[in-house]
Amino acid sequence: MTPDNPNAITIRDLVVDYGPRRILHSVNLDIPLGQIMVIMGQSGAGKSTLLRCILGLKKPSSGSIHMLGTDIATATRKEIYDVRKHIGVAFQGGALFSSMTVAENIQLPLREHTNLDDKTIEIMTRIKLDMVDMLPAEHLMPAELSGGMTKRAALARAIIMDPKLLFFDEPSSGLDPSTAAELDQLIITLKNSMGMTIVVVTHELDSIFKIADHIAVVHQGNILETGTPQQITASTNPEIQGLLNRKPRENIVDADAHLRRLTGGF
Amino acid sequence: MIKSIENLGAWVLDVLDQTGRTSLMLLEAIWEILQPPYRFYPIVRQMYFIGARSLTLIIFSGITIGMVLGLQFYNILQRFGSVDLLGSGVALGVIRELGPVMTALMVVGRAGSSITAELGIMRITEQVDALECMAVSPDKFLIAPKVVAGILSVPLLTMVFDFVALYGGYFVGVIMFGVAPGSYMNGMIDAIEMPDVRLGLVKSLIFGGLVTLIACSRGFYIHLTRAGSQGAEGVSSATTDAVVLSSIGVLFADFLIGALMK
Repeated sequence: MTPDNPNAITIRDLVVDYGPRRILHSVNLDIPLGQIMVIMGQSGAGKSTLLRCILGLKKPSSGSIHMLGTDIATATRKEIYDVRKHIGVAFQGGALFSSMTVAENIQLPLREHTNLDDKTIEIMTRIKLDMVDMLPAEHLMPAELSGGMTKRAALARAIIMDPKLLFFDEPSSGLDPSTAAELDQLIITLKNSMGMTIVVVTHELDSIFKIADHIAVVHQGNILETGTPQQITASTNPEIQGLLNRKPRENIVDADAHLRRLTGGF
Repeated sequence: MIKSIENLGAWVLDVLDQTGRTSLMLLEAIWEILQPPYRFYPIVRQMYFIGARSLTLIIFSGITIGMVLGLQFYNILQRFGSVDLLGSGVALGVIRELGPVMTALMVVGRAGSSITAELGIMRITEQVDALECMAVSPDKFLIAPKVVAGILSVPLLTMVFDFVALYGGYFVGVIMFGVAPGSYMNGMIDAIEMPDVRLGLVKSLIFGGLVTLIACSRGFYIHLTRAGSQGAEGVSSATTDAVVLSSIGVLFADFLIGALMK
C-alpha cells in the first residue's frame, strides 16, 4: 500500500497444496483500498483457504500476498503479528472466547496491545458495542447469545482497534434474512464511516450484490473473474452464470464407469 | 508384512512428530513468558484451577493412600517384630515415590483432561485462530500460564499429599494399632534426609511441567491429528490420549529420575 499502489492487498501467483491436493492454482488478486471486496464461490471452491492465506493462518506453497507493505507469505511471525495489529477478523462462528463475557472478549485486543486504563477501555468497548447495537448484551456470556448477536459481538471485537482492514468469513450464514440484511447494512456503514477496506468471503447472493464494490469469483481453486457487481452480472462465463442463477452443478457421468466405480468392478 | 512395517514406520514418525511439536511448544512457552508485558494474573488463575480446585481430591487420595500404606507396612513389619519402623517406611515411600507420582496422576485426571478439552474446543471453534488474528500469541496467552501453573502447583499439591498421607499412616499405625506415637514420629524424622526431600521435589516439578505440557499439546495441536476433523468425538479421543500419555509419561519419568538421582 504505497502512493502508487491503490491496493490494500496484492496477491500474485498464489498456490496452496494440502498434501498431494492442489487447493489454489496460481491465484492473482488485487483488493482496492477503502472498498468492499467480496470473494464468492461455491462451497469447496477455495474461498476460505484464500482467506486463511491472506490472514497468515495458512502458509502457501508458493506466491506472494502483500498486505500493508508486508509479504505475508514469507514474513516472520513477528512481522505477521505487526500487520495483524491493523486488521480485524469476524469469523464465521464468531470465535468468541467462551470463558469471557462479551465485553471482556471485545476488550482483549486493547488489553494486550495498549496501555490504556480500565475506564478508557470500558468506554471504547461500549462505543463499539453501541455501533453494532449490542450494548445491552455486554455482560452476557457467548453461550447466551443468538447467532446474529454472536456475529455482531465478533464484529465489535474485530473493530475495537480501528483496523485498516476488516475481514468477514461468511457473515450472513445461518442468519434469518432480516438479521442478515442488518449485518449487511452494518458492513456498508463501517466502510463509509471508518473508511475501512473490507474483505468478505461469502456465497450469499443477496448479501453480495448489496454490499460489494468489487467481486472475485473463485471456482475450483482459480479466480474465474473479478469486477464490479455489474461486470460480474454481465459475465458470459457459464460457471458464473450458474452461480448467479443458483443452477445445480452439472455432473456429466459416464454411467458404465460410474457403476464400475461403485461396485469396484464386481 | 509390508503393511505392518509401513504402519510401524508411520507410528514412529507420528511419535517423533508429536514429541518434536511438544518440545517446541515448551521452548516457545518459555520464550514467550520471558517477553514483556509480564502478566501474573493468568498464572494465578491457572494455579487456582490446577492447584486449589484439585485440593479436595489430593487430600482425600493422600489420606487413603497413607492409610493403605500404613496398613500394609504394619502387617509386614509385625511379622518381623519391627513395627517401630512403620514411620520410616511410610515416610520414605510417600516422600520419595508415592507423593509426587500420585499427585501428578490425580492432576492428570482432573486438570490435564480439562486442559486438553478446553484447548481442543478452542482450536476447532477457531478461537485459537481468532487469538492469532488479534496478534495475541496463543503460546503466551494460553500455553505458558498453564505450564508455569503446573510446574508451581504440582509441588505444592505434593506437599499437601505428603502431609496428609503421613497423617493417614499415623492414624492407622498409632490410633488403630497402638504403635507408640514417639516411635512413629522419630522413625519418620530419622529416616527422611535432605536427598529424599530433594528427589520428591524434583520429581514433582518435572511431573507438573510434563503433564500440563502433554495436555496442552494434545489439545492445541488437535487440528494436526485425525481427531481434529472429528468434532466433539475428536476432542473426547484427544482427551483420553492426553490422560493415557501423561500417565505413562509420569511413570516412565519417575523411573528415569529415580535412576538418575539415586
